[in-house]
Amino acid sequence: MLNYIIKRIGIAIPTLLILIAVTFYLMHAAPGGPFTSEKPLPPQVLANIEAKYGLDQPIWRQMTTYLWGILTEFDFGPSYKYHSRTVNEIIGQGFPITLKYGFWSFIVAIGVGIPLGAIAAIRKNTWVDYFAVGVSIGAQVLPNFVLAPLLIIVFTLWLGWLPGGGWHGGDWEYLVMPVIALSTSYMASIARITRSSMLEVLNANYIRTARAKGLPTKTIFFRHVFKPSLLPVISYLGPAFVGLITGSVLIDIFFSTGGMGYFFVNAAFNRDYAVMMGITILVGALTILFSLIADLLYAWIDPKIRY
Amino acid sequence: MNYLPKSLAVGFVLATFATSSVFAAGTHPVTGEALADDQTFTYSLLDEFTTADPQMVEDVSGSYFVRDLFEGLMNQDGDGKLIPGVATGYTTNDAKDVYTFTLRDNARWSDGNPVTAHDFVYAWRRLADPATASPYSWFADIMALENVGAVMSGESPPEALGIRALDNHTLEVRLTASLPYFAAMTTHASTFPSPQWTVRTFGDGWTKPGNIVGNGAYVLTEHIPNETATRERNTMYWNNEATIIDKVVTLVINDENTDFTRWEAGETDKGAVPSGQYPRLKAEYPDEAISFPRLCTYYMTFNLSPSGPEAFKDVRVRQALSYALDRSVVTDKVLQGGQIQAFTFTPGATAGFEVPAVAFGQMSQDQRNVNAKLLMAAAGYGPDNPLKFEYMYNTSEGHKKIAIAAQQMWKETLGAEATLANQEWKTFLKTRGGQNFDVARGGWCGDYNEASTFLDLMTTPSGYNDGKFSNAEVDELMTSARTMSDATSNYTRVEEIMANEMPIIPVYHYTGVFMLRNNLKGWPFNNVEQNVYSRDLYKVAD
Repeated sequence: MLNYIIKRIGIAIPTLLILIAVTFYLMHAAPGGPFTSEKPLPPQVLANIEAKYGLDQPIWRQMTTYLWGILTEFDFGPSYKYHSRTVNEIIGQGFPITLKYGFWSFIVAIGVGIPLGAIAAIRKNTWVDYFAVGVSIGAQVLPNFVLAPLLIIVFTLWLGWLPGGGWHGGDWEYLVMPVIALSTSYMASIARITRSSMLEVLNANYIRTARAKGLPTKTIFFRHVFKPSLLPVISYLGPAFVGLITGSVLIDIFFSTGGMGYFFVNAAFNRDYAVMMGITILVGALTILFSLIADLLYAWIDPKIRY
Repeated sequence: MNYLPKSLAVGFVLATFATSSVFAAGTHPVTGEALADDQTFTYSLLDEFTTADPQMVEDVSGSYFVRDLFEGLMNQDGDGKLIPGVATGYTTNDAKDVYTFTLRDNARWSDGNPVTAHDFVYAWRRLADPATASPYSWFADIMALENVGAVMSGESPPEALGIRALDNHTLEVRLTASLPYFAAMTTHASTFPSPQWTVRTFGDGWTKPGNIVGNGAYVLTEHIPNETATRERNTMYWNNEATIIDKVVTLVINDENTDFTRWEAGETDKGAVPSGQYPRLKAEYPDEAISFPRLCTYYMTFNLSPSGPEAFKDVRVRQALSYALDRSVVTDKVLQGGQIQAFTFTPGATAGFEVPAVAFGQMSQDQRNVNAKLLMAAAGYGPDNPLKFEYMYNTSEGHKKIAIAAQQMWKETLGAEATLANQEWKTFLKTRGGQNFDVARGGWCGDYNEASTFLDLMTTPSGYNDGKFSNAEVDELMTSARTMSDATSNYTRVEEIMANEMPIIPVYHYTGVFMLRNNLKGWPFNNVEQNVYSRDLYKVAD
């Protein structure tokens, strides 16, 4: 197991380096730069700015300088758009926000999704099943760019219960709508995966055997059905968790949460190279980390899997 | 008191309290209106502002912060007229190339230091210094400060710049050209003073709350990027007594529909009007849905460079396409925000500019269509030989609607086949700047309230002339306009030439639309540049 972990980390480093190199190249290949604007800067002004940020250097030199800064000082560079802020500050401010609403969305998605799927599977082809499937399909097809404004209209404008946006350090009333809007589609996916995998397990031979030898339903369910039917859910949860905690641009746009998703997308439009790079590295590293965790969980749940 | 029931006594005390607090809020010193107790002004921003550093700021929303947090030599009033700021006045020589400003002696920074002429000298040098690498350093260039070119290129030290403090309260500026309107340029954010001691101490982070020191009516007390920023009254400001708004709060709301919903829910005083919704909101909120002319023009530019299509070298084709575009469809059916049809490049709202009666602007659309057909036929295009070209715009729903409308009109009236193409913003700028287009969308907002801010674009050397239109008479008229005390006749002539040569198709002049709460007063509607100073605003009691 330990060997396996070391090997995976060994692969992670070149993977990240390739990610950085490809992103760096693609970013610079996109037409225009951070200082391209409708009113083009006079050549002298542009030259001064490019010299200040080292953008006049060849790409390979820019990349090595950038990597060197990260390795030696953990410095991800300055933002070209927000002049008084560094990438470290932008991520330091945006990531905890995204992490918080992403984490709660994850909890809600699992907390509602798994029981919903399980109930549907156990009461297959009854009204409970139809209801659960209906809810999850409804939640899945309702995109969050529709759900988010709807929530604001209902809870802020009509009922006046919740503020229409903002973050305020993540007080619960600012958290409710982002979490609902972000978790619904994940919740729906989890419910559907749980239901289908549980149905498969319920039809397995060893469950029939368990029933035949007269085990109570409760024991069958918790001891023999629940754990194995979670396997496909877990392989889904790894990337889903990374997706949730690395930000949703739509949540940031509709609820003015100030999270990282909006910075990421905006950085691409602004060609704010360092911000884009910094967030890419963070998301890349987290993706690698959580797929490793998901794989380890797999081994824990399924005794057949050995690394 | 014994004989009063307790609840009544409490009520009495509370009532007294309430009365006294209304009294404390008082009345407006000039208009006499009763003022609201809570003088907090909350408005939304579609995007986070870039910085509050006067010499680095480049966006409109950031400039508004800078105007609140700092004060320049001169200010604008509600009509956009020049009024004293830190300077009580100025004198100039006959050649109008030396300006001497006298600074008030009671101006203070928020840390208590006096505001002196040296602070302006420091700021202007900082603006031009290549080490600062300000994206707005070109403003120092158009101010024609002595030696600005040499300083910006690093050949001369920043100290060589044509600005010096004669004493603490006298500032002398030397220019390389005669600029009669120079004083007006000192209302621009990039010319505002900076506190050298704070910039030195905190480096790039000097504008963060806690670090920032300003000389404006407000100080920045809170800033959570992409969420909110708060500025509160600067008690050191020399005219603090006259300030009424205590606190200005911005909320970043990236979506205009949500923005409007939150305005409707009472969270903001000023909010967005979602595109296409102005007529509905005007009917629902007649006093609060605001539309006013802006110094901006939406146009389409022909590629007249050697790489452009051969067809557009023929002026008749350009005229035909311009004539056939029914501007009223764009303004009244597509946009519906009170926009003004454009037949000239310069908007009518520009100071000192009379919209000339260009011939095609006087015709009815039917007449224009008839003429367009004749011109197109004369140029050799018809049903057997339709004109084909590509119209390029930057990706946006709004631009797309206009493009589809134009495509349809060109097809119906002229049989011309326009294909539509769109590109993401920065890619589009690269494409247009590299003359890799047939016809491209353009939008231009004036940098200052004078026609040359538009018409200079049409001169041969202009870096913004993406269509590469070149006309010797236009170049000459614009050059001579610079030193004229009244250049209106030159501008009129340039517009007439453009109406004949049609290097661009003017489509409409922009309007600004927003929702503004009824009880917020003092908004400078007559200031076409929309240079708002929060200290001029106030809230009246409901």
